[in-house]
Amino acid sequence: MQIYLPIAEVSVNLLLLMGLGGLVGVLSGMFGVGGGFLLTPLLFFIGIPPAVAVATGANQIVASSVSGVLAHLRRRTVDMRMGGVLLAGGLVGAAAGVKIFNVLKGMGQVDLLVTLFYVVFLGIIGTLMFVESLNAIRRAGKPGARVKRHKHNWVHNLPIKMKFRTSGLYISVIPPLMVGALVGVLSAIMGVGGGFIMVPAMIYLLGMPTKVVVGTSLLQIIFVTAFTTMLHAVTNHTVDILLALLLLLGGVVGAQIGTRIGTKLRAEQLRVLLAGLVLLVCGKLALELLLRPQELYSLAPLGAG
Amino acid sequence: MLRRLLSTLLLAFATLPADLGAEEVVAGLSQNQVAITANFDGSDILIFGAVKREAPLPEGPPLEVIVAVSGPQVPVMVRRKSRQMGIWVNTDSVEVDSAPSFYAVATSAPLSEILTNTEDLRYKISTPRAIRSVGAPATISDSGNFTEALIRIRTEEELYQLLEGTVEISDQTLFSTSISLPANLTEGDYTARIFLTRDGAVVDAYETVLDVRKVGLERILYNLAHQQALLYGFLSLILAIAAGWGASAAFAALRN
Repeated sequence: MQIYLPIAEVSVNLLLLMGLGGLVGVLSGMFGVGGGFLLTPLLFFIGIPPAVAVATGANQIVASSVSGVLAHLRRRTVDMRMGGVLLAGGLVGAAAGVKIFNVLKGMGQVDLLVTLFYVVFLGIIGTLMFVESLNAIRRAGKPGARVKRHKHNWVHNLPIKMKFRTSGLYISVIPPLMVGALVGVLSAIMGVGGGFIMVPAMIYLLGMPTKVVVGTSLLQIIFVTAFTTMLHAVTNHTVDILLALLLLLGGVVGAQIGTRIGTKLRAEQLRVLLAGLVLLVCGKLALELLLRPQELYSLAPLGAG
Repeated sequence: MLRRLLSTLLLAFATLPADLGAEEVVAGLSQNQVAITANFDGSDILIFGAVKREAPLPEGPPLEVIVAVSGPQVPVMVRRKSRQMGIWVNTDSVEVDSAPSFYAVATSAPLSEILTNTEDLRYKISTPRAIRSVGAPATISDSGNFTEALIRIRTEEELYQLLEGTVEISDQTLFSTSISLPANLTEGDYTARIFLTRDGAVVDAYETVLDVRKVGLERILYNLAHQQALLYGFLSLILAIAAGWGASAAFAALRN
């Protein structure tokens, strides 16, 4: 069954869209990532114009994150205080990111930069996570091996300490503020929620327990993507509400299923899976840059609509 | 006074093709409006007509018909990738001043046989002629490749169609053809032009407008997004939050 999207101005299959939304929703619920890094390229692939895909993707992520965060709230696995600190940094970062984005847009090459960002960040994070969680699985397999939970690093020597009871942490607010700001910048430039960067940063840099990380990350993503959606709706008019509706119908259901799967898997297994997925997307994007494209030319309508 | 009027009239007639009036085209479309609704997945337009003659059928090569349906003209940026430091990057770009968003040419015989180059130039019938590209940057020596790429990409998307031999003519008088508009259509004022040719020269032409518009929900959403952007943005967010909350509540209820 085909449906014509009013803003994207293309006709697409209804079930395909709901399926896409569902798939991304499952991932979102499982890993606490918004799924933007997956959804946006998938939307390009089915023929949605990039500008519409980025803006509408952000709106869809709001929906699946709300759905996911509510499930986590019921299980008390959201650190509200940490979320607040991350968000404070995030909003500052997003505002700065929008400025950077506009400067780059003026210079052209914004597509290239976004792809390079994806490849570099996904590559680094995916590899780190993959190696670390494989080691964790191997350690867990050996009886008697002790896993050290809290590593003392530079993070613990900074001033302005704060108690994060849900996470069981007493650390400085500076690292979470910085993580939040970095994610804000990246989400504005890459058009994603930034969960795939925040989740590892929370685990490895801040030392938060994995079960709290997912819910807290989702909380932050809601606000960052809501901000992005509004920005796109007002300045570029590229949010397709019909496309969003179809994606989120699948997405919200998927997020609930994903959260259930997530609680059944062990933290290390979850991390290996996420790392594999991140590396997969990274590899695909890298190939696009390295291989000779089938069509060297591309079109961009000017001053239309 | 009267003499001056007469001479202008005569002059006006003299500039027209000599055989104009001998054969005239009368045509119509199966519909003058295409409504883009939520379940729009393309539309077929039937174009038909007849040739009106006051004199007997002229000798010589047979009558041929060309039908050209064009979408609104908009400028397009065409970019080309090349390899820089091992990766493929957009390097060159040419702005094509105006290219139709949709363009279909249906003919009764191969286009090159029934239309001379000069007539094509004059009436801008074939696809390359319908695209206007002037002034490529000085750094680009092969701006023709960019126009070709534009046609190639849009032909693949079925936005540009060359349908040779699809116009049926009976008794050199009645003709009909059908053009299918694809699902990825943009709205605007489309024009349908019909040309009669004999021996490569245009004998008569007829033009009519085809209105392609979003209707119903599509129209409301499009207008809202452009005229009430803030409201539309909030609406999108409320929808997202409500859907997320609804699904969460539904699943919680299911579990209990």
